Parts: sequence; C-alpha cells; structure tokens
Amino acid sequence: MEKRVTFGGWLLPMALLLPQVIVTAVFFFWPAGQAIYQSAFIPDPFGLRAQFVGFGNFEFLLSDPYYRASFWTTAVFSTLVTLVSMGFALWLAVMADRLIKGATVYRTLLIWPYAVAPAVAGVLWLFMFSPNVGLISWYLDLLGYRWNHVLNETEAMGLVVLASSWGRVSYNFLFFLAGLQAIPKSVIEAAAIDGAHFWKRFWTIVFPLLSPTTFFLLVVNVVYAFFETFGVIHTITAGGPQQATTILVYKVFSDGFVGQDLGSSAAQSVILLIVVGILTIVQFRYIERRVHY
Amino acid sequence: MTLRKILLAGAISAATLWSGPASAATEIQWWHAFTGRLGELLAEQVEKFNASQSDYTVVASHKGNYSETLNAGIAAFRAGEQPHILMVFEVGTATMMAAKGAVKPVYEVMAEGGAPFDPDGYLGPVKGYYTTPDGKMLSLPYNSSTPVLYVNKDALSGAGIDPSVDLSTWEKVGEVLDKLAASGHKCPLTTAWQSWVHLENFSAYHNVPFATKENGFGGLDTELAFNGPLQVKHIQAMGDWAKEGKFFYAGRRNEGGANFRGGECALFTESSAGYAGVKKEAQFEFEIRPLPYWSDAEGAPQNTIIGGSSLWVLAGHDADEYKGVSQFLSFLSTSDIQAKWHQDTGYLPITTAAYEQTKAEGFYDANPGTDIAILQMTGKAPTPNSKGLRLGSFDQIRGIIDEELEAVWSGDKTAQEALDSAVERGNQLLRRFEQANQ
Repeated sequence: MEKRVTFGGWLLPMALLLPQVIVTAVFFFWPAGQAIYQSAFIPDPFGLRAQFVGFGNFEFLLSDPYYRASFWTTAVFSTLVTLVSMGFALWLAVMADRLIKGATVYRTLLIWPYAVAPAVAGVLWLFMFSPNVGLISWYLDLLGYRWNHVLNETEAMGLVVLASSWGRVSYNFLFFLAGLQAIPKSVIEAAAIDGAHFWKRFWTIVFPLLSPTTFFLLVVNVVYAFFETFGVIHTITAGGPQQATTILVYKVFSDGFVGQDLGSSAAQSVILLIVVGILTIVQFRYIERRVHY
Repeated sequence: MTLRKILLAGAISAATLWSGPASAATEIQWWHAFTGRLGELLAEQVEKFNASQSDYTVVASHKGNYSETLNAGIAAFRAGEQPHILMVFEVGTATMMAAKGAVKPVYEVMAEGGAPFDPDGYLGPVKGYYTTPDGKMLSLPYNSSTPVLYVNKDALSGAGIDPSVDLSTWEKVGEVLDKLAASGHKCPLTTAWQSWVHLENFSAYHNVPFATKENGFGGLDTELAFNGPLQVKHIQAMGDWAKEGKFFYAGRRNEGGANFRGGECALFTESSAGYAGVKKEAQFEFEIRPLPYWSDAEGAPQNTIIGGSSLWVLAGHDADEYKGVSQFLSFLSTSDIQAKWHQDTGYLPITTAAYEQTKAEGFYDANPGTDIAILQMTGKAPTPNSKGLRLGSFDQIRGIIDEELEAVWSGDKTAQEALDSAVERGNQLLRRFEQANQ
C-alpha cells in the first residue's frame, strides 16, 4: 500500500519550493548563464567594450594543444588525488577502528590537517620540497638524488598530488571511520567464527558494506580534485613546469585572473561545466549500481 | 520613549560619523603591491606627504603581488569602487594604455591639478616606457630597475679564479663557468626572472627586436620576434650550461636569489633592486657587474630596459580629488624622495635630479657598483629595439616563455624549437588582445 501525501492547492508547495529554487537560480543558473553568454565575446579587462566572436573562444581553446593536454593532466591528477586520499584514509580508518586504547587521540590528530587551508598546505609542502631550501630535498640530496620539481614534470605532479591529498585524508578518514562503525559487529563476528581471517573479512564483508560511504566520498573527492585544488597548484607550481600541472580549473583561474582574458576563461568554464556534467552522469549511472545500500 | 531616544542617538552618531571625513581632509586611495621593507619605505613617503599638508590624506593599501594588485584594481573598476591611484607593473602597461575610459592620463591630471611637475626630469628610458609616441606621460614612473650581474667573489677565489676576472661578455662568463664546474662548484650560475633578463633585456642590450613594430610601441598589430639567431644562440648556450651543471634553474621568479645570497651560487643575474637583499644577507664578498653580452653581436652592448611599476590614475573621481592626486604625484617626483628611495632600495634613481643628488652625496663612492645599473641603462641613446616593450597580455606571454625556457633547461627542446613555439603561442595572445581592444 502506497501512502501518498498530497497538497490541496499549488500555492503552498510552490512557497515551500521557492527558497531552494531561488538559491539554485541565483547561485547556479544565473552565473552559469552569464558564463555561457560571456563565452561568445572577447571583452577588454575593464569591461568597457566586448567583441562578439560566436564560438571563436572555443575554437581558439580547442586548437591549443596545451589546452587539450590539460584534459589528460586533469584526469591523471584527479585520479591520483582521489586514489591516494581515499586509499590512505581507508587504511588509517581500518587501523583506527581496531584500536581499543587511545582511539580518540589518534582520531583527533588525524583530523587536524583538514583544518589547514589548501593554499597554506601548498606552502607547507613547498617549503619541505623547495629545491633551494627544502628540508626533504636537502636529505634527498644527501642520498644522491637531486630533487627539482621546478624542472621535473613527474616530481611536480607528485608534489601537487601529495599536497592536495594530505588535507583530504582527514576528511575521508572521518567518513570511513563512521562508516566502519556503522557495520553491525554481528556480521563480522559470524564470519570470524566461520574462520575468515581479517583481510578476508574486510574484502568480502566490510568493503561491500562500506560501499555507500565509498561512493559518496568518490563523488566528493573527484569534485574536490577538479575544483578546490587550484590554491595548492597556484602556490606550489603555478601550473608548471611546461604546464605539467595545469589542470582545467587552474587554467580558468590563470587565464581569467592573471591573464585578464575573460572570454577564454568563460569558455573554459562552460567546457568544464559539460565535463563535470558527463562525469556526474557516469558516476551515478554506472558506479552507483554497484553500491549496496 | 526610550526606544525612540536610542534611535535618535543612533541617527545622530551615524550622521556625525558620516560627515566626519567630509569636513576633514579629502581621502586619496592608493593601491600598491609592496610588503616588507619596500612596504615600510612606501608608507614613510605617504606619511611625509600627509604631514606636509592638511587638505588631502593619502591612504595606501596593500593588495597582494603585482598581478593581484592589477586584478584588484580592474575588479574594483568594474564594480565602480576603484582607487584613485593604482600601482601597475611594467608588464601591465599595454593593458592599461588600451583601457581608454578607465584611466586618466597623468599628463592630464597634472595639467588640471596645477602642481609643479616636469616630465622631462625623468630619465629617458624610464619616461619612454610610460609615454605616448607624441610625448604625453600616461603614468608616473615609480620604481624601476634593470638587470645586472652579481658576483660572489669568494666563490671565484675558492675555485682558484681571480675575483676581478673579466666578466663583461658571455664568452668570458662561459670560461669562468667551465673553471667553476671543473673545480666541483655546484651552482656556477643562476638567474631570476629568466624572460625579463635573458630575452627581454637581452634583446634590447643586443639591439635586436623582441617584437615587431618597435616592440609594440608602433601598434597593436605587433608580432613577437625573439626567435632570432642571437636569442637562439644565447638560450642554447644557457641550455647547454644547464645540461652540464653550470647553470642552475631555481624558478620563474627570484627563487634563485636564496641560493645566491646563501653563498651557494657564484654568479647571479638579477634586478638591480636585489641589491638591498644581497647586501643584508650575503656572508661573502660580492660585487655588481654590468650584464654580460656576446662580443660578436653587432651593436652590443646597447642599453638595458626597465622593470618595475608605475602609478596609474583611474577615471571616475571628483576634480578636487584629482587635484590631491596631482599634488601627491608631484611630491613623489621631487628629488629628495626619489634619491632616498633609490639609495634605500637599489631601484634606479628615475629622475636626473635624484641621480645628481645621490652622486653629490657620495653614495656611489661609499657603495661601489650601485651606479652600474643606471650607467648600463643610460649609456647609449635607446633605439627602437631598446626603448622598452609594449605588448598586450604580456603577463601570460611571459608565462609561455617561462614554460618554453623550462623545456630548454630540462633538455626537452632545443632553443630554436622552444623559442619558435613561444613566439607562435604568444602571437595568438597578441591577436586576441588586438581583437579585444579594437
């Protein structure tokens, strides 16, 4: 028997929906519409005049091999950040979940990095790995390895991935720990009685039961890697060397706010909007199917 | 009753607050990009001006680095909240010049304001950078510097090289680098601001074009031209030095300064404004030398060009406020202020009077090498290749040059490939800039 609650008129439901509609319109539809509109122009920085170019901005972007390469850079970067921050957080959560003594202390300490702003985290890591004065690069030098992420693309990518993942581990850790604690002990005990050892229990029972948390974190972390990491990249590499760490959103920022090329920046936002749309559809259609609620 | 009283009291106090500034001095907003020692010295200038008269109060606010300050100014203009005076680095000059309607040219401000001001008092190369071809000064030069060569004399003697060795040409520098590397020195040469020193100034110093149309002074339809044989030769030599461990690349800005000041690097090409920092921190004997040149290049050494910033007056304020602005700018261009700024910071004395005053005070005798920058920049009358650069989107173009040079230093590209690619990519941005400012 389906239970249905219906409203008598249309006024009340509209009124109840209105706040959400306004928020979405003001903070999403309006700016998105502006971006689409602006992407058809090349304006001057001061907003004094603008040249209509139609799809010219998109043509300009897509004919730029560096822009096309930044899709791949973004894919590599986001995948690595998501994997590193989630994998490490899951491992820590599983370990912390087994702790009996001092669990609160560990948990508190592990959550701290989340309070550090991305740009500050970037500077911290930059100090440690600075080719000139960095502590870690100095030790690496003693070991005979000359660290120079200013020129080495792989090192640069590694460093921004590390710096972006670091603070994120805390956030993911919290959710994983909560997820682990919500798994009924009886199921695990039953498996233990059947003779399944720890990792067997983990992969066959715990991990599948954790999948809603994992899926939620996957979505959130991909969005984080796409949009919120540009502070880290700006402080550590500024997209270099040779655009090896220029992800899509960083290019939106640097073309728009460093280069004052607002037309190209707007066109990039539109492309990014489409990419994220596709990504969301893929995540919810194909990955969510494998989630057990 | 009480509520009404409170409201009344509130209204009265609000009214007094509101009328407060109007009855006192007129406020002049100045947004700048200086922190640390430079910020203190700037604040000192402002205090001096505010104390010298009572009609105007200049309020200086720090808005981040050069790029961020320019952005803050642009964003504020779009929102109608622009300051009166905005500090813009030399790279943003073309952007500001193209923004007709957003800026009020300095020559206009000075003429209307009536404060004493002599644009011809500024050194030619400094003035030329911020002046239209028909001699109208658009922005007021503030801090200007030019690249020079810093030498760690202890490092040279440590490698068995005479510390007074001739370093006037890149050939001679190459020989010294060989010896340093042979003696096991880890960082024979490093640089700051690679594009500014090794391409922009390099081109002017060797009297070859950086871009067509007189480096952009002649029109928006300029094209980059820094992939000529001389520039390629230089960048290739630097690339080879990088490969052989003789040139250490530390970063796009002035990261290499830490290595030099720490005594790790022997030679360092950097702005003359780096002098104060080196003098303060260096625990070794150092010396300033003119920037080297290739001896086989015809017409080298020509003159180097400036970097630094100028002050732009933004449009949209009252005539009375502009009067205050003109008084402040006139105050800034006095030789006392300029001479002190030059001696404290290592920036160039940008007026002839300030240079003469500094010379008369015996500053150059007490601080040998501090006049090398100015001699190097004013030694010869500028040619169309050495007046300066006026290119749109130049901050971004520098980013492209940085990327391509990094490809050379890491050995991914030859100098020719990298510079060709930088020219091609940069030209696309110039065309967009031209289109946006038609």
